[in-house]
Amino acid sequence: MAVTLPTGTSTGSRNRPDGVTVARRGLRSWWPQYLAITPFYVIFLVFGLLPILFSIYLSFTDWDGISQIKFVGLQQYNYLIHDTRFWNAVGNTLIIWVISTVPMLFIALVMAFLLHQNIRLKGFYRVAFFVPNVTSMVAMAIVFGSVFSDSFGIVNSALTALGLPTVAWLSTGWGIKVTLAMLVIWRWTGYNAILYLAALQAVPSDLYDAAKVDGAGFWRTFFSVTIPMLRPVILFTVITSTIGGLGLFTEPQILFGAANGNGTVGGVNEAGMTIVLYQYNQAFSQLDFGYGSAIAWALFILAAVFAIINWRLLRDRDTIPAPKRTRKAGR
Amino acid sequence: MSAPELVRSGSTRGRGRHGDTLVVQKPRRSRQWVLGRVVTHGCIIIGVVFALFPFYWLLVMSTSTTAQIFGYPPRLIPSTHLLENLRNVVTSVDLPSSLLNSFVVSGSLAVLVVLFDSLAAFAFAKFRFPGRNVLFTVLLATFLVPGNLSLVPSFILMSKLGWVGDLQALIVPGIANAFGIFLLRQFATASIPDELVEAATLDGAGFFRTWWSVAIPMLRGGLAFLGIFTFVTAWNDYVWPLVVLVNPQRQTLQTALAQLNSVYTTDYGMIMAGAVVSVVPLIGIFLIGSRHFIANIAAGALKG
Repeated sequence: MAVTLPTGTSTGSRNRPDGVTVARRGLRSWWPQYLAITPFYVIFLVFGLLPILFSIYLSFTDWDGISQIKFVGLQQYNYLIHDTRFWNAVGNTLIIWVISTVPMLFIALVMAFLLHQNIRLKGFYRVAFFVPNVTSMVAMAIVFGSVFSDSFGIVNSALTALGLPTVAWLSTGWGIKVTLAMLVIWRWTGYNAILYLAALQAVPSDLYDAAKVDGAGFWRTFFSVTIPMLRPVILFTVITSTIGGLGLFTEPQILFGAANGNGTVGGVNEAGMTIVLYQYNQAFSQLDFGYGSAIAWALFILAAVFAIINWRLLRDRDTIPAPKRTRKAGR
Repeated sequence: MSAPELVRSGSTRGRGRHGDTLVVQKPRRSRQWVLGRVVTHGCIIIGVVFALFPFYWLLVMSTSTTAQIFGYPPRLIPSTHLLENLRNVVTSVDLPSSLLNSFVVSGSLAVLVVLFDSLAAFAFAKFRFPGRNVLFTVLLATFLVPGNLSLVPSFILMSKLGWVGDLQALIVPGIANAFGIFLLRQFATASIPDELVEAATLDGAGFFRTWWSVAIPMLRGGLAFLGIFTFVTAWNDYVWPLVVLVNPQRQTLQTALAQLNSVYTTDYGMIMAGAVVSVVPLIGIFLIGSRHFIANIAAGALKG
């Protein structure tokens, strides 16, 4: 927020705290401002809102995109509730989300905490951590597919060299999920670490000093000072990770999409089939636009439920660290 | 209790960091301190290796023949077949034209988003026109609309417009984005003094003139960030191009690469060479603008 100084009123204008101008004018005189904001609303209406509204309608129909649209009421949703492939995709998505988000956010926290120490080369480290986030997901999914390849991958070669048994990363249920989670972790850990680092730099250093005086060690400081102070940012990263996790598509599509030699779409037993991949397949491979739209709305409801849960969980605990901190500082 | 605390606060406050603190404890700190440093650096370096290794491995694979990639034990150093692999990519998919398509889409989106969003952001930040607050609230509410929801109907809309397979199907819907307007409005509120806008108005400059000669120059940092961010996001976009660019002659680098991957699994060296082409421009742009980029990503998240 800008601090607006109370400047002179020589033009007879009213100064408002959140904007420059000016005397009361007719609606018409604001035409340049309205013109400036019009493109957003027009484009959103046509390419954002209209398709959304249409998709609600589509989810109550049976349509292959060519023949007559057939209204079928709740039939698509009824089918969806009993569709084991859909629930399998939901389960996969949630598992991949959990096994990627939990380690990812924890590692990001530790990395941010370490980077926050007075160390040299901090700028280089920050850039190096961030690079995975700014890269082509398609390209890196292909790279990971090769790195985790069952017979020729470098991960399995390394395991063999260490005398360990190899893992069938791309052809077993858990291997598939872990590989996808690794891709997500690799891509987003640095991004989250940078957010945490920025938040850490806003924490008053007195708190750390107080912890040190109290004899708190590294882990104690980390869990009692760092994490509570970062709660708002953690909330933000959990929510964005949930949205991203529920929308996982590119990675499984590249690794386990159609015709890539890894068995059926979604991998062995569809272990890598995510909700959006299923939606894409139903809509654009099976040309079942009505069902595709129903899946999209089911995903939306799921995302909304998770957003509310996240928000409630993290908000309610927001009040805890404050009294704790005061007690410590006053001890 | 209070004596060490006094020393402490006296010694650290000037430095403004908690890293090296506690002059009081100096004698018994040193050994632990060295160990701590080693562990800290060790962990960070392991993290960096994990972050960068896939890029290195991409480089190794893109310069190797497929036989070398699948050989055992794996070669850990780059080979010399990059040009050959690139030549194979060009004969398999239309790499130059998909590269051009990606540049056209990402470049024009970056420019258009910066122009349109800065206009809207400037209007919202500095002028109190009737309905401003309501309109801005509506704009913020559009954040809630999830993108994947309308994959099917958006495709149908595009086919009604006759845009399926055309690049404008990627460009036009992306022109106005709420995130960009919100971000630039934050910048504009914070960094453009009201007096300057008033002075320009008194000098007889209209809204657009003021935008061009006051807002644009003062928002340079934010515009650079938004431009880079938009470029990177558009360059990486995969789902929407996959859906709407059904024509194999009209592809972006990402869809061409995916196609290469699903059709030519026998020639890994070639696929990796294609991957290099799709990654290098991004990394280049990011490294050039990384200072702006990282700081603003963090600021945007913390404010939002």
